[in-house]
Amino acid sequence: MSKLIGKSVKRVEDKRFITGKGRYTDDIVLPEMTYAYIVRSPYAHARIKKVNTKEAEAINGVVTVFTGKDIQAAGINGVPCGWQVDFKNGDTMKEPPHPLLVADKVRYMGDAVAVVIAESYVIAKDAAELVEVDYDVLEAVVDASLAVKENAPQVHEEAPKNMAFDWGLGDKDKTDKAMAQAQHITTLNIINQRVIPNAIEPRSAIGQYEEAYDKYTLYTSSQNPHLIRLLMSAFVLGIPEHKVHVISPDVGGGFGSKIFHYTEEALVTWCAKQVKRPVKWTAERSESFLTDGQGRDHITKAEMGFDKEGNVVGLRVYTYANLGAYLSTFAPCVPTYLHGTLLQGLYTTPAIYVDVTGVFTNTTPVDAYRGAGRPEATYLLERLMDTAARELNMDPTELRLKNFIPPFDGLQQPGYQTQVALQYDSGNYHAVLERALEMIDYPSLRKEQQHALSQGRYVGIGFSTYIEACGIAPSAVVGALGARAGLYESAQVRVQPTGKVSVYVGSHSHGQGHETTFAQVVADKLGINLEDVEIVHGDSEAVAFGMGTYGSRSLAVGGSAIMKSIDKIIEKGSKIAAHKLEASEEDIAFEDGKWTVKGTDKSLSFADMALTAYVPHDYPAGLEPGMDFSSFYDPANFTYPYGAHIAVVEVDTDTGQVQLKRFIACDDVGNVINPMIVDGQIHGGIAQGVGQALFEVASYDENGQLTNGSYMDYTMPRADDLPSFEVDRKVTPCPHNPLGVKGAGEAGTIGSTPAVVNAVVDALSSLGVKDLQMPLTPENVWTAIQQAQSEH
Amino acid sequence: MIPETFEYYKPSTLDEAIKLLQEYGFDAKLLAGGHSLIPSMKLRLSSPEKIIDISKISDLNFIRAEGNSLVIGACTTHHQIASSQLVQQKVPVLAQTAALIGDLQVRNKGTIGGSLAHADPAADYPATILISEAEIVVQGPSGTRSIPATNFFTGIFMTDIQDDEILREIRIPFQAPHSHATYLKFAQPASRYAIVGCAVMITKPNDNCDDVRVAFTSVADYAFRDSQVENMLKGKKPTEDAVSQAAEKAAEGQDILEDHFAKAPYRKHLARLFAKRAINDVLTKF
Amino acid sequence: MVIPIKLTVNGKTYSHEVEPRMLLVHYLREVLRLTGTHIGCDTSSCGACTILVDGKAVKSCTLLAVQADGCEVTTIEGLAKNGELHPLQEGFQEEHGLQCGFCTPGMIMTAVELLHQNPHPSEDEIRHGLEGNYCRCTGYHNIVKSIQYAANKQKS
Repeated sequence: MSKLIGKSVKRVEDKRFITGKGRYTDDIVLPEMTYAYIVRSPYAHARIKKVNTKEAEAINGVVTVFTGKDIQAAGINGVPCGWQVDFKNGDTMKEPPHPLLVADKVRYMGDAVAVVIAESYVIAKDAAELVEVDYDVLEAVVDASLAVKENAPQVHEEAPKNMAFDWGLGDKDKTDKAMAQAQHITTLNIINQRVIPNAIEPRSAIGQYEEAYDKYTLYTSSQNPHLIRLLMSAFVLGIPEHKVHVISPDVGGGFGSKIFHYTEEALVTWCAKQVKRPVKWTAERSESFLTDGQGRDHITKAEMGFDKEGNVVGLRVYTYANLGAYLSTFAPCVPTYLHGTLLQGLYTTPAIYVDVTGVFTNTTPVDAYRGAGRPEATYLLERLMDTAARELNMDPTELRLKNFIPPFDGLQQPGYQTQVALQYDSGNYHAVLERALEMIDYPSLRKEQQHALSQGRYVGIGFSTYIEACGIAPSAVVGALGARAGLYESAQVRVQPTGKVSVYVGSHSHGQGHETTFAQVVADKLGINLEDVEIVHGDSEAVAFGMGTYGSRSLAVGGSAIMKSIDKIIEKGSKIAAHKLEASEEDIAFEDGKWTVKGTDKSLSFADMALTAYVPHDYPAGLEPGMDFSSFYDPANFTYPYGAHIAVVEVDTDTGQVQLKRFIACDDVGNVINPMIVDGQIHGGIAQGVGQALFEVASYDENGQLTNGSYMDYTMPRADDLPSFEVDRKVTPCPHNPLGVKGAGEAGTIGSTPAVVNAVVDALSSLGVKDLQMPLTPENVWTAIQQAQSEH
Repeated sequence: MIPETFEYYKPSTLDEAIKLLQEYGFDAKLLAGGHSLIPSMKLRLSSPEKIIDISKISDLNFIRAEGNSLVIGACTTHHQIASSQLVQQKVPVLAQTAALIGDLQVRNKGTIGGSLAHADPAADYPATILISEAEIVVQGPSGTRSIPATNFFTGIFMTDIQDDEILREIRIPFQAPHSHATYLKFAQPASRYAIVGCAVMITKPNDNCDDVRVAFTSVADYAFRDSQVENMLKGKKPTEDAVSQAAEKAAEGQDILEDHFAKAPYRKHLARLFAKRAINDVLTKF
Repeated sequence: MVIPIKLTVNGKTYSHEVEPRMLLVHYLREVLRLTGTHIGCDTSSCGACTILVDGKAVKSCTLLAVQADGCEVTTIEGLAKNGELHPLQEGFQEEHGLQCGFCTPGMIMTAVELLHQNPHPSEDEIRHGLEGNYCRCTGYHNIVKSIQYAANKQKS
């Protein structure tokens, strides 16, 4: 009997946050702490001729100043990349490390040059202004499609034509042939613009070194403390991993940008040992804009071929992926294995080829941002679908329904093998779209749209039916694809002698509500009260190991690890119960928090079992005392959430202003543990996807200057930019993990962006507008209308 | 996020404040609500050596009627103006404008005097002050003088206020009989400043417009009255065609601002569009 | 130069000498160690640092500590009275109005004033009233519901 799973239990973590008692990294003050301020390059590309720190060092309260030369002298190479994608011809990926402080040449605006350590943040900042850096400014390259040209400025000497790798997936010959025979080809040239994650908590890190213990502690606003420990100890600083303790306390949002191992984490840790005092660094927002890993930035040509009935016969995609100045932790994987592999979408397309070139430019490094690769794939597929429907004179829903993969549950019917390496787990793709159409009363909505047009109002309806690969991922598979780590998860479930339960998980919660969802699973499965379960995360010494939270993996992978430990508890408990109840183990059943001898009323409660395990006076012979199980779960496959999103917009054609009137989402994320939390994840995801569609772009000028690096210019959705969302779900359980869950963190972001853009194009199609590039700012939309009108 | 170091003075009278200004002149900056000054100091775009905090000078925070004018003290907040019944009755367009500034928190602290003296080209008040034909009263060592709104703004972040003068109050004539006004803005989506703001006041005792006043903010280096639009409608019946033709003259001959959100052709188009919208909005009030 | 200030924070009176350039938010976080008030930006845009000064919601990053001399300040830590959550705190929990929790204190303090100015706001009025606060997690959907919850609770 499920008492907690599936219920909208209120979050247990909320209390500390609503009373101002959350503990984020910047809230922590250690004894004798010093403060770091980093001197950053104002230029995107420049040789450092000279750094003069004398004046800064002379300031009262400055402890010391380090420059790139000090880092070089210490033999520290820089932060490495965690994923290898080689060239098609077999050449190894180019991966120049990202120096903690640059000694020779800065490669993006914000590259770190020196660090001032002082008694207070104020002194450090004042002194940093006195560090003189003499630069020889070089020509910069910003656009990935220009960076690969012969005479383009070189970001790294070792990467000719600025290429980090090139990569292809799918059957090129088959696809070329299918496209040659297609009756109709829809083509889009897409700029999936660069956006900035902007978690509201700026990144922060505190390094500490205790000489007496020879021990380092790093507090960091990270989504995956164990991974940071591994990368920093083994690959950056060369210090023993067991002498490094990494703590990610409360973290104020990540959205991908806090996955990566950042230079500042290693820098404060190294500095702490040098100055023999803790060192804290917290980014100012302006610094976050320049240094947080950024997202998207693809330049793509996408073509979709159709036969005369409107069946998709082929898909061909060429992409330049801008990786920025250095390879961030997961950067090579995002435009390749998280993008190319998703190009099957929900469709039966028989021939697919995708080609991606990863390019260095003089811009901030690009890496995973909510969705990571999957939004880029979905965007091009779903924009192609709505565009093709218009060209083929079909309804966009009819075209999709016609091309959908038929329903399969992954049990009776096998998983669906795509043309691009993945095997989908289970799905009923028709069901989500049909439900979304029902939610919006599609036929009447189209009538309303016609009516509005007759009054001179431009209403548009846009669709997006997406699929994503989550729960990353089977370690052997990702290893074969270039990952330098496994992607399992660990969980330890410790039953205390009184029957209370502590759970130590490698997943990290920074808004996702794990302390509630995981507790629901544990309490429900063990038949105990929610209050009797405590979830511990974010501490490399409390938790055995962890791969962290990203890719909508926490419940699918971390939750499965918890389930494995729970199974071990129930099994061991059965042995104790059999002994205590004088029955054979086969006759013992566990239900509702007690072990019962089948067909009798003889039972042992969970608390009594726990006490027995720790006070083993009357105990099965040969059985170890205690009740504490650690498990690692390596998933059998990715999970594949999917859904149908519909945007309804109205465009003021005089200003170009788009108003999002309604947003409808019907998602299938598999089984749901806490509907309230899942809906919240969908809402937030939608808002971020809408943000990319309508507002957000990192604007670099040709010199590599980020021209809108503040909240005065970079636009994110505010409350009055959005409507309340209309969400519903279908449930097709994941067949290959014990909870049947698929993941919900990124669905909203992946689905919503193309729906909004399609809706705006739909609204303006009667004015001759066929395509628009994001973000759909008023000026962009107005300009497109003027162009379309002048071409008429 | 940390301003550079400065010395802080908190005079309790205007005379004291003026004395400090005389002494420190160009090195000093006045702090009222601080909602223009402190943000730029945090980014170290502005680093005054002395700050003279005038926010606690009690006779700078008031809204009262004097004769046929509304008089508003420099340190009166946007929220006080937006929610004042007196303002809503006598110069409703000013309350309408104040309610559109920034956000709830900013309106609680930002002041009309601070905003006007800062003279941000994208600020909201200037257009409304211009069509209201307000006078800005400044006080210096030799007494007070009154600056007509049309002469007040002199450039980007520049006004007619001298180094030793303090903006004391704003005097705004009550809206005349048979008059209505509005302020409409197309907001910059990130900062919520204006991309284009247009204020219009029309006096129309019968079918014809006796008086038409049109002013823009955020179109050029500083807010301006647009006499070309006004002249097209003055003394005339504001038919749909007449309004459209008048609006087409908007910002003619101006050096149009360009930024991340609006290049010149778009901004000029918005000026015309918002002239038309604002004029029509006013006409619906008759 | 240091300036003496005396102010009341959450009902307790404090006297300190501060550098004039110290922002009120830094005074609260670093001097009083009230870290519930957060810093999310450096342009007075995000609203994470919103507190009440003399009952009005203000961004504590855009006030010098010296400007708060003689004022009465309420931060998120002072909102619950006698161990009982404020209706807005309760609303945010009941309606899942927070995820990572970082914007939450500022969001709640803004909402306190929003409901003070307008005890029965429409959805549009709530959304408009939050224009000085960024949330990156919730899409605002449940924040609106949380404020409606508190409005209803205060009504009854």
